[in-house]
Amino acid sequence: MTIPMEYGLWLAAILFCIGLTGVLARRDVIFMLMSVEVMLNAAGLAFIVGGAARGSADGQVMFIFILSMAAAEVSVGLALIIQLYQKFKTVDADSASQLNG
Amino acid sequence: MPELLWLIVALPFAGSLVLALAGKHIPRLATAMIGVGSVTISAIIMLFIGVDFLHANPAGTPVHQTLWQWINVSGFSPGIAFHLDSVSLTFVFVITFVGALIHLYSAPFMWKEEGFARFFSYMNLFIGFMLLLVLADNFLLLYLGWEGVGLCSYLLIGFWYKDPANGYAARKAFTVTRVGDTAMVIGLFILFTNYHTLNIQDILQAAPHTWGPGSGIAITTAFLLLGGAIGKSAQVPLQTWLPDAMAAPSPVSALIHAATMVTAGVYLIARTHVLFELAPIVQTTVAIIGAVTLIVAGMSALYQHDIKKVLAYSTISQIGYMFVALGVGAWSAALFHFMIHAFFKSLLFLGAGSVIAVLNNEHNMFKMGGLWKKMPAVFWTFLIGACALSALPLITAGFYSKDEIIWQAYASDKGSIVLWITGLAGAFITALYTFRMVFLTFFGNAKAEPAYRPGVAMTLPLVVLAFLSFAGGFIQLPDNMGHVTLFSQFIHHTLPVTVTATSGHAAEWIAQVIAAVVSIAGLALAYRIYYNKPFPAAEPVRSPIQRFFFQGWDFDQLYDKGIVQPIVFLSRIDKNDIIDRFYTGLASIAGLFNRGLAATQNGKLRWYAMALGIGAVITLTILLYT
Repeated sequence: MTIPMEYGLWLAAILFCIGLTGVLARRDVIFMLMSVEVMLNAAGLAFIVGGAARGSADGQVMFIFILSMAAAEVSVGLALIIQLYQKFKTVDADSASQLNG
Repeated sequence: MPELLWLIVALPFAGSLVLALAGKHIPRLATAMIGVGSVTISAIIMLFIGVDFLHANPAGTPVHQTLWQWINVSGFSPGIAFHLDSVSLTFVFVITFVGALIHLYSAPFMWKEEGFARFFSYMNLFIGFMLLLVLADNFLLLYLGWEGVGLCSYLLIGFWYKDPANGYAARKAFTVTRVGDTAMVIGLFILFTNYHTLNIQDILQAAPHTWGPGSGIAITTAFLLLGGAIGKSAQVPLQTWLPDAMAAPSPVSALIHAATMVTAGVYLIARTHVLFELAPIVQTTVAIIGAVTLIVAGMSALYQHDIKKVLAYSTISQIGYMFVALGVGAWSAALFHFMIHAFFKSLLFLGAGSVIAVLNNEHNMFKMGGLWKKMPAVFWTFLIGACALSALPLITAGFYSKDEIIWQAYASDKGSIVLWITGLAGAFITALYTFRMVFLTFFGNAKAEPAYRPGVAMTLPLVVLAFLSFAGGFIQLPDNMGHVTLFSQFIHHTLPVTVTATSGHAAEWIAQVIAAVVSIAGLALAYRIYYNKPFPAAEPVRSPIQRFFFQGWDFDQLYDKGIVQPIVFLSRIDKNDIIDRFYTGLASIAGLFNRGLAATQNGKLRWYAMALGIGAVITLTILLYT
């Protein structure tokens, strides 16, 4: 039995929107980082679904790229969060708004 | 030797450049060595060239040196070229020689100042531009030097820039001389449109053949050049900047505002004497301006309290004498007085500078007194300078130079009895204010104690200048007293001989005796009023007439009421006209956009993410539905 491609893409779209909502609604930087991970995985899922539908491995290759990139991004992001915490004694993203114009 | 002429000009410029670029990184001693050294070497080269010029060249043929072509546009091709004749040699001698002595004096005088290197950089730059002015073979190069010395004057008057009053004085000097400079530039335009060259000698040779004596164009041109000269030389009605220029350090006053730059106007008139002789009305105006100036400035000098202001007004007055001499065609007398005046006036300024420095920056003469025992070197040299300034007979150089002018003011074919009487009145006032200054500063009760004694480097220039103020006069003695004419013969290689209408030794003897009696009478009156008299140190309450003279005949108020305020009033009315509104409107629209866009940069990360999301949605919508 095969799952139609649309289902996978809808799932990816819903995941992406959940992640985006998380980024926009949460003020806690750690949650924002987690939401970004959800968005990345949604994009990865879309690749895999697309690849599977065409019967090629390109989508999976792409997902591995995204995965390694996400790992690097998390390490940098966590380092930034530690710096943010040391400077402001909070992880509220809105408190770091000194670069306003 | 004359090939080295360019080096005289180049050395001060090089010194200035080195000090301007590296002044912060080199020690003070090296700064002083570069600053003083460059001018001193120039002076030494100048002495060699001068001796060579006198010996190898008894006819006084001008030396010409072209370095390179400056501009070449459709036939207009001024060069960087120098023209050395007896007139420019006299000026170069005074500039480098007096300049070197003043630089030497400045080294200890300015030692503790913050901007030591800056000071010497400006001073060297000034010497360079001044030499350019007097050596230039074309009017464009002359004008470059002319504006260059104006710039250096501005920089040095405002040297202590932290006091806003000094900055104001600097701006005033620059603006007032600009009035004259504008007239001069227009004069140069007229010369160029008529002769298609700015080469000075070419124009002087061509002018008598093309312009008739007393023709309108000659009068206009001469008037415009005279405008430049009175601006630079601080003559009535553009004299108001020079008393304020005393905000500069004393060596600057000695060099720029007494000995050299302010005589640039005298140089210009002497250099372009052909044009002035073609316009007799203008030449008479020169004499009248000089006569009026020497009385106006002399009366103001009588009422000053600040020792440097006395000397400033005295400088204006003495340049007035030079203008009288130029106006009656006594060219060599004017240049002789220029040279002697440079010696004694720089001596007086340096002496006054020493007094001011050791009394902790005290300018008020009424707070000095009794200094003659405490500073003997300064006192005796200052006294010699004062005697020369008041033209005490027989022993001082000032007598021989000033007496010649006063005599020629009467005896020349352009002279008159009125000019002669004015000159005598001026001589009386000069002796009076000079010895008022001497008696108040050096005699009477000591009111302040000198903090230190000036060192050798400061007294040596005083001694040399004192020697010159005393001995310099013997190179030119009147007909009836030895008849030595070394200087006038030398000048007559370039400038015409004075035409005298009156001859005979009897008249000259009488005139000399009267001149001598007048200056001694001035001294005696000063002695009666000011010697050993107790004067209150505080500023007195001045009667209106005293205040009028004290403020330099209220010229400043006149210009303020007559020119500055109407212009300010008009510009205030005109501030909001339609064109201004248009451009202000453009600016405020731009400001509006700025504020709107700046508001979107609120620094909040989530807002930016939201903007990205909305942007992505809009882009996708457009992609999908078109």
